[in-house]
Amino acid sequence: MTAKISYDDVEVGTELPARTFGVTRATLVQYAGASGDFNPIHWNEKFATEVGLPDVIAHGMFTMAEAIRVVTDWTGDPGAVVEYGVRFTKPVVVPNDDQGATIEVTAKVGAKLDDNTVRVDLTAMSAGQKVLGMSRAVVRLA
Amino acid sequence: MALDQSFVGRSYPPTDPYEVGREKIREFAEAVGDANPAYTDPDAAKALGYPDVIAPPTFVFSITFRAAQQVVQDPQLGLDYSRVVHGDQKFAYRRPVRAGDRLTVTSTIEGIKSLAGNDILDVRGEVHDEAGEHVVTAWTKLVARAAEEA
Repeated sequence: MTAKISYDDVEVGTELPARTFGVTRATLVQYAGASGDFNPIHWNEKFATEVGLPDVIAHGMFTMAEAIRVVTDWTGDPGAVVEYGVRFTKPVVVPNDDQGATIEVTAKVGAKLDDNTVRVDLTAMSAGQKVLGMSRAVVRLA
Repeated sequence: MALDQSFVGRSYPPTDPYEVGREKIREFAEAVGDANPAYTDPDAAKALGYPDVIAPPTFVFSITFRAAQQVVQDPQLGLDYSRVVHGDQKFAYRRPVRAGDRLTVTSTIEGIKSLAGNDILDVRGEVHDEAGEHVVTAWTKLVARAAEEA
């Protein structure tokens, strides 16, 4: 494994390049197919509102998949992720228009750990709300 | 109705092997818009030290969640799946999942709690490869929201 970021070059507080990810209804249909999660709350507005949601919402696992890209793009080696955990705090609401929703992900090094690993603390926001909580990855650096 | 605490610690039999295919990994990477070549180009994956393309970190959830259906749909447990939302998700990786893996999942109920009428179920999925080596562990917290008063 050859992560392109060196352990010695990062400090607690080092910020990773932030990213904004777009998500439309088409994205959710594609993710449903690829992941096998066909829960209608992710594509059927009528169903979603009937179960008390404001609109169709993104799969939590889609948001989780986007957030870790900030880490894997930073290290270059996705296999360097040792641990990754999130709490789904608010849904990403995806309106039926061309714009959809956005997920803004920021991340910084929260701790330097043993064995060339660091803990990265992630924040994911959509429509001004925190959509992931306790979002942390442990990643091995070069 | 609160879930039966005696289910805590219960393990379910390992699933039949799931064979991880290159094209399935490609399909998943495209669905999340991730162009990292380690997911699609065997040479790029080899340059990172892997024998074949690797899967994005959350790919394995499709496999562990399918396995967790044994728990979720266990009639003896009696979880109301129509009211279930995904609370937390965590993974601990021994190595990345890769094309060619034949993975089995053993699901265990780690915890059952009742909080403000919500049933909270913690399921751990241990993922092993064909050689019996541990690949990744997935922890999934499911919350069955309290039914509204009729």
